[in-house]
Amino acid sequence: MGQAVAFWIMAVVIVGAALAVVFLRNVFRAALLLILCFIGVAGIYITLSADFLAAVQILVYVGAISVLIILAIMMTRGIQKGSPANKLRIPAVIVAAALLGILIYAVTTSPWNVSSQPPLTDTTGPLATQLFSENGYILPVLTGATLLLVAILGAIVITRENKENKK
Amino acid sequence: MIGLTHYLVLSAVLFCIGLYGALTRRNAVIILMCIELMLNAVNISLIAFSSYIVPQLLTGQIFAIFVMVVAVAEVAVGLAIILAIFRHFKDIDIDNINLLKW
Repeated sequence: MGQAVAFWIMAVVIVGAALAVVFLRNVFRAALLLILCFIGVAGIYITLSADFLAAVQILVYVGAISVLIILAIMMTRGIQKGSPANKLRIPAVIVAAALLGILIYAVTTSPWNVSSQPPLTDTTGPLATQLFSENGYILPVLTGATLLLVAILGAIVITRENKENKK
Repeated sequence: MIGLTHYLVLSAVLFCIGLYGALTRRNAVIILMCIELMLNAVNISLIAFSSYIVPQLLTGQIFAIFVMVVAVAEVAVGLAIILAIFRHFKDIDIDNINLLKW
């Protein structure tokens, strides 16, 4: 019962905030509502008993990504021009609605093999064991670390002003 | 009672909202925000599968962690590219950034 109430509240918040992100004219308000949407997704993770991922969602998305996006909005002049739509509006509505229909049909008619066991409630320790143990996911973890390092270096190189070319 | 289908339908709705925004908006930062919405939708369905189909294995949650890592890298590089484009064109309206379009 509690899970149902929490799910419906979070679902309404997420869908409303996502629609506002897409349809609001003001870019800065759209970014703030995107943060609200991320918080709602963290609540959905809690109803799925994924406590560690909810914390990571708050830290990474609400803490880091939204700050990056707001910084980018402030450094570009996106606020004055708003977020106008391009000429693809009607084909995009058709594509998105068709995809939504197909997905909902596929999801509701598939015979899911739902397990009867309860999900793990304390996921942090088991996640760490799976991620860092020898026959676990240690190679993808190291690859992810390398990817983050390369992405940070690439971002610095791309955004740095080239002083020699200007003179 | 909330089941797996509810979570998957919510994920599908969020994904399609993000897809519509990424296809129609002209501000490059809004397009990146819509891509983040789509990645979050995928994460919701991965975690729902993880806790309903293999509740003791956490496979979907580990996938969701890697999706988050790639999303952070993508946002950092994407915003850097947007800032570089803005410095070059003084504009981030992607309808005006069409040098490679014929």
